[in-house]
Amino acid sequence: MTSYNREQIRDIIFDALGAIAPEVEPALIVPDRSLREQIDIDSFDFLNFIIRLHETLGIDIPEKDYAELLTLNSAVEYLTRRCAAEQ
Amino acid sequence: MYEFRMPSLGADMEAGTLVEWLIRPGDEVQRGQVVAVVETQKGAVDVEIWEAGTVDKLVVETGRKVPVGELLALLRTAGALAATASETPAAPTTPQAVTAPAIVAASPPRAQAAVVSARQRVAPSARKLAEELGVDIAAVQAAEPGAVISRADVERAAQAKTPTLAAAKVVAPDWHAQMRMAIAAAMSRSKREIPHYYLATDIDVTAVSSWLETENLKRSVTERLLPVVPFMKAVALALREVPELNGFWIDGAARPSAAVHLGMAIAMRGGGLVAPAIHDADRKSLDQLMADLRDLITRVRSGRLRSSEMSDPTVTFTNLGEQGVEGVFGVIYPPQVAIVGLGRISERPWVEGGAVVVRKVATATLAADHRASDGHRGGLFLAALDRLLQQPEKLR
Repeated sequence: MTSYNREQIRDIIFDALGAIAPEVEPALIVPDRSLREQIDIDSFDFLNFIIRLHETLGIDIPEKDYAELLTLNSAVEYLTRRCAAEQ
Repeated sequence: MYEFRMPSLGADMEAGTLVEWLIRPGDEVQRGQVVAVVETQKGAVDVEIWEAGTVDKLVVETGRKVPVGELLALLRTAGALAATASETPAAPTTPQAVTAPAIVAASPPRAQAAVVSARQRVAPSARKLAEELGVDIAAVQAAEPGAVISRADVERAAQAKTPTLAAAKVVAPDWHAQMRMAIAAAMSRSKREIPHYYLATDIDVTAVSSWLETENLKRSVTERLLPVVPFMKAVALALREVPELNGFWIDGAARPSAAVHLGMAIAMRGGGLVAPAIHDADRKSLDQLMADLRDLITRVRSGRLRSSEMSDPTVTFTNLGEQGVEGVFGVIYPPQVAIVGLGRISERPWVEGGAVVVRKVATATLAADHRASDGHRGGLFLAALDRLLQQPEKLR
């Protein structure tokens, strides 16, 4: 499995968000505010976001962990930790 | 010989422009096959054929605006005799599509399909303007990829053709306004013609929420069910019990439908909404409903809907709970006779057996046409919905 640093994880998150909501401007995302408050995404978009992360990073994200992906900061933390644990 | 005619794609549709034929004379077609692309006031739609056979003749060439009900093509059905010898030579070689507007015909078929299948929606006013200015709407590009073609886009295309004409008036691209006009027309008609009545009930959804949580734990991320899916099934089953809420009001009479085609209200990215059908929702498994919903939302946001999805919904289901709304009292999409709403699922104090407990609760609502049903029957529907949701394992 590939190892990812925080910067790479951030880029992967932006790619996944961009594929779902093309109008999103990564520079304008406030890192510690809820993503769903800043981006108009519904549960379907969010599920696709999770699926994209799963496909890119090769980790399974259980539903009970969705809360860890609420903000950009927490998502980077969570995904970095999960990817490191999979090593 | 089967006569394939321009279908109606909604109550307000009078005509559609044939953008592309996906069949040629001599082709075998199956029931339900997408055979043409038609541009409507609600965007481009894949039109299906509901008869199997061999294409005999394409009657209408691409680029033409065709009224609902007009003959589009002729089909030799299995039982029918083959076309007479004199007709055959012309058939397989030169489809009429060759006479399409130059730009469309010039591009190779692959590229042409790609262009059309990209999210090419055209605002009604833009189409009108294109007709007035003599601009080929199929050749107009939106200002941004994926955006709806606006009056400004048409004017830009016209400018390229005749610089003096369009220079006079340049309007900002405003497809939102056009989408609003389409919604305004349908909703105004609804409120003008339909005597709505409204009901609401709080439903304990703890059982269905826990069941779904357990179910999703067993599933990989790509197989998970969205929370709305069991509710879709329950709504569809409850409608079977109160059929006067499922169907239409046409020409002063109720026309209940035996099939439940659930129109799912889906927001479009950037504004507006559509409510295309998930066919026979009452008879589908939750997995099938999830697959259908995924397919439908994906095509609403980045593809094309099919003609049957536009014309068939027998009822609408709107799920605004995701935005934190507690309850939604919908406006019925005519000629349907009901719209069912679901609010957000939240933990609330709930009295059970004389004690206050914490339960997951959601407010379900019904707006229905009083010409077709009464509040008493509407109440039975919500009660049935509640009952069905208490036994989620039976919703499969």
